[in-house]
Amino acid sequence: MKILVQGDAFDLGVEVDAMRQGRTDIGAIASFVGLARDMNEGSGVAAMTLEHYPGMTEKALARLVDDACARWPLLDVTVIHRVGRLLPGDPIVLVAVAASHRGEAFAACEFIMDYLKTQAPFWKKEETPAGGRWVEARASDEAAAARWSDS
Amino acid sequence: MNTLRVLYFARLRERFGMAEETLDFAGATAADLVATLQARGGAWAEELGGARAFRVAVNQDVVALDAPLPARAEVAIFPPVTGG
Repeated sequence: MKILVQGDAFDLGVEVDAMRQGRTDIGAIASFVGLARDMNEGSGVAAMTLEHYPGMTEKALARLVDDACARWPLLDVTVIHRVGRLLPGDPIVLVAVAASHRGEAFAACEFIMDYLKTQAPFWKKEETPAGGRWVEARASDEAAAARWSDS
Repeated sequence: MNTLRVLYFARLRERFGMAEETLDFAGATAADLVATLQARGGAWAEELGGARAFRVAVNQDVVALDAPLPARAEVAIFPPVTGG
């Protein structure tokens, strides 16, 4: 398991290769990369700054990886989330899940992202033509996370 | 009397003009603390008065407002999260 909160960019290929290194029991790796967009809520976004709650962030991420491992037989998980100022196109978050088979890898990857969106203490502030704007939480993200408690 | 370390993040940090403070607090629960802060008026009342959503974490776990505050707790108040 690897959980990192960092300012630097990450490389999906490097992270996936690191998971595979030296082992032959992995049959599937599912990964997700979230990127900073140039448009949100109808206005252009020149950049965004990610703030977090040091200490609680790592704890919250570890907990949701533990929850995923309790639900599915996973072989490895990597979660990397960036903080600081990011430009459109920059990668924000990476989740990669290794398992024996694709089903649990896909499901756990989506589960971790859905819970990260609603549980991990990160906040985005966008730079728009009208000035700085804190991103508001979305009901659709709450609904996405709630799906997992019904199944 | 309980001495709390209270942290504010994101929009609340900006609106309150501080990232953290140390508070001597006589109440028992997170709701008591929120009521005390809200009584400061201005941005405190606007943000914590019920019109806008906020979350409270005690010792780095999100809690319900009726949660008790342990001695020397680290309490954080912040908007709903928007990472990912």
